[in-house]
Amino acid sequence: MANKIPRVPVREQDPAVRATNFEEVCYGYDKEEAMLEASRCLNCKKPRCVEACPVNIRIPDFISRLVAGDVESAAAIIAEDSSLPSVCGRVCPQETQCEGACILGIKGEPVAIGKLERFVGDSKPGGSGTVPNGIVRNGHKVAVIGSGPSGLACASDLAKMGYEVKIFEALHEAGGVLVYGIPEFRLPKKAVVGREIDEVRRLGVEIETDVIAGRTVTVDSLMDDEGYEAVFIGSGAGLPRFMGIDGENLNGVFSANEFLTRANLMRAYDEHYDTPIYAGRKAVIVGGGNVAMDAVRTAKRLGAEAVIVYRRSEKELPARAEEVHHAKEEGIEFRMLTNPVRILGDENGRVRGIECVEMELGEPDESGRRSPIEKEGSNFEIECDVVIMALGTSPNPLIASATDGLETTRRGCIVADEYGATSREGVFAGGDAVTGAATVILAMGAGRKAAAAIDGYIRAKER
Amino acid sequence: MFTIKEKRLLTDNICLMRVEAPRVAAAAQPGQFVIVRADETGERIPLTIADYDRSAGTVTIVTQTIGVSTRKICALNEGDSLADLAGPLGRPSEFVNMPSDELRKRRYLFVAGGVGTAPVYPQVRWLHEHGVEADVIIGAKTASLLIYTDEMHAVASNLYIATDDGSAGVKGLVTDVIRELIDVRGNRYDECVAIGPMIMMKFVALTTEPYGLKTTVSLNALMVDGTGMCGACRVSVGGKTLFTCIDGPEFDGHKVDFDEAMRRQAMFRDEERKANEKSHECNCFK
Repeated sequence: MANKIPRVPVREQDPAVRATNFEEVCYGYDKEEAMLEASRCLNCKKPRCVEACPVNIRIPDFISRLVAGDVESAAAIIAEDSSLPSVCGRVCPQETQCEGACILGIKGEPVAIGKLERFVGDSKPGGSGTVPNGIVRNGHKVAVIGSGPSGLACASDLAKMGYEVKIFEALHEAGGVLVYGIPEFRLPKKAVVGREIDEVRRLGVEIETDVIAGRTVTVDSLMDDEGYEAVFIGSGAGLPRFMGIDGENLNGVFSANEFLTRANLMRAYDEHYDTPIYAGRKAVIVGGGNVAMDAVRTAKRLGAEAVIVYRRSEKELPARAEEVHHAKEEGIEFRMLTNPVRILGDENGRVRGIECVEMELGEPDESGRRSPIEKEGSNFEIECDVVIMALGTSPNPLIASATDGLETTRRGCIVADEYGATSREGVFAGGDAVTGAATVILAMGAGRKAAAAIDGYIRAKER
Repeated sequence: MFTIKEKRLLTDNICLMRVEAPRVAAAAQPGQFVIVRADETGERIPLTIADYDRSAGTVTIVTQTIGVSTRKICALNEGDSLADLAGPLGRPSEFVNMPSDELRKRRYLFVAGGVGTAPVYPQVRWLHEHGVEADVIIGAKTASLLIYTDEMHAVASNLYIATDDGSAGVKGLVTDVIRELIDVRGNRYDECVAIGPMIMMKFVALTTEPYGLKTTVSLNALMVDGTGMCGACRVSVGGKTLFTCIDGPEFDGHKVDFDEAMRRQAMFRDEERKANEKSHECNCFK
């Protein structure tokens, strides 16, 4: 019986070694391992995994090709629904999506769908391959703002349909959160992100960096002066949140965004790069999401003793299970049910500690999670010289404030229907800019839906 | 892209570069800044726009060599390119959006210190072109460190110079000149704009406060992206935390917590010192 085979373990860098370097933690499957793991799939008639995938990748179909060793067909099946398999195989929260729905998971371990997807993505031949040659240009121009997951997905779909697409990126390197947010040890920049972006370029998509939409150009200038018939806004959720507690402006307090951007985009951990960074002797990271895990593991790699402080219990940690597991293996300390009250400074205005209060869980709140309540009088101090706030992000208001008639929510998210259409004709939006901080796969899915909607919009206008 | 069309040394350690950046030149307004990266391994650093020429498609930046990154920028020559020049960032100066009849009734006092004189120039020029009176005080340690005096002379209503050693203009501080203009000459101003070292802006704000003279300062906080993403540039203004990059860079000088701002500017001083020493070593063996 196929399901008697235990889940094939994936090879990883030794925790003690990897906690001192920035190389990728997980080595992934080789072909033999992938074929063995693929053979565990029951090929369910009603595949629950497909339903649980935000972009409904035909999972049993691609896995069955893998069983036969036909990686190319497997890649073609994934490509119908996803343009970033190497990325999503690494960063999707599979345990709450495809793998969480896998029948095998009820009694044992689910099929390692994420690792299989990653194997297929990584096996894609560079240079030529799945890119359809002979795209017929249709003469219509579309602008895409932001080169993160939603923008890349939207641009590549439109390019395949024959549109002339240009992506405008605010930073100096394309990739959005894949480049500035997610660390090298989880998502290699050259080998994985760079390759996916090259793929998008090979479809004919042009990427112009150093263009800040809302400042350098506006949605209106792109449409009126540069002749773009439609604009897709995939500008992400880049604005960091702080707690609003005392001491947050002390030297040594960083947003996770700043800390990670220094390390990832600016490569501050590499001595050949000029951007400074410091993680101190002991760094306290506030938060429990993937960004908090990325920040704490980066601090550890920079030589600090690194601690997570989270106000709920371990069960409520919003981070991917694999990241929490990896962090623990690397020696990260987790202080659950703990909430900062204020940050303490020395006479020079540098962080010397953080005062916290113990929490207990009360009734479930609107998110369904039990809400944490302070235990009165339980205040205590943790000595540290760096504090990193990883409390989530909200959309950057720059574009919305520079675009007349573009409706936003109270929280600054752009209002868009399920196809990405906004309150402005010809202007579409998707990803975190619309939903607030979410996942790579959802952003990618939104980009692809918007590409289809933009195609429909331009065709209808032509008629 | 970002080719250096012209380079001039204004003093021993301040260089002016006119850089090809048509998109930035087309959108730039007085008061805004750009993020510059010299090369692939360089830091992103914010520089206030010193001038822009829409028809030539160029932006002028003025850089003082204070560390590894600014030295890298100033080491480039005409014909070389910067890796990146992104902008314009930040909000334009408030007067840009004022109704012109109201604006023409106003009288401005600009206080420029050191390399901060460069970003004062496009503001004064803009006001001059819009028929608005603006007096300018330029302060420097000594005469050889003065920049932009000829350019400023052409657009300022009155130009005053103050040096610490008296080698040019009056001997003394810019704050002495402010008091003299208001107390002795009886000048009246509607707004003072101060751009220069943080410590100068702090004392200008302290000087103008008793007169009730609205004072705008342009902060040069540490930044990474310059678009609101990192929060490195946060500053306390009237007790509220704001981001210099998207809420500024110009703020009400009477509300800025300068001591905190100066402390935050020195956040990476140890790392910068190490990098400086390292880069000096490297050059010796090249």
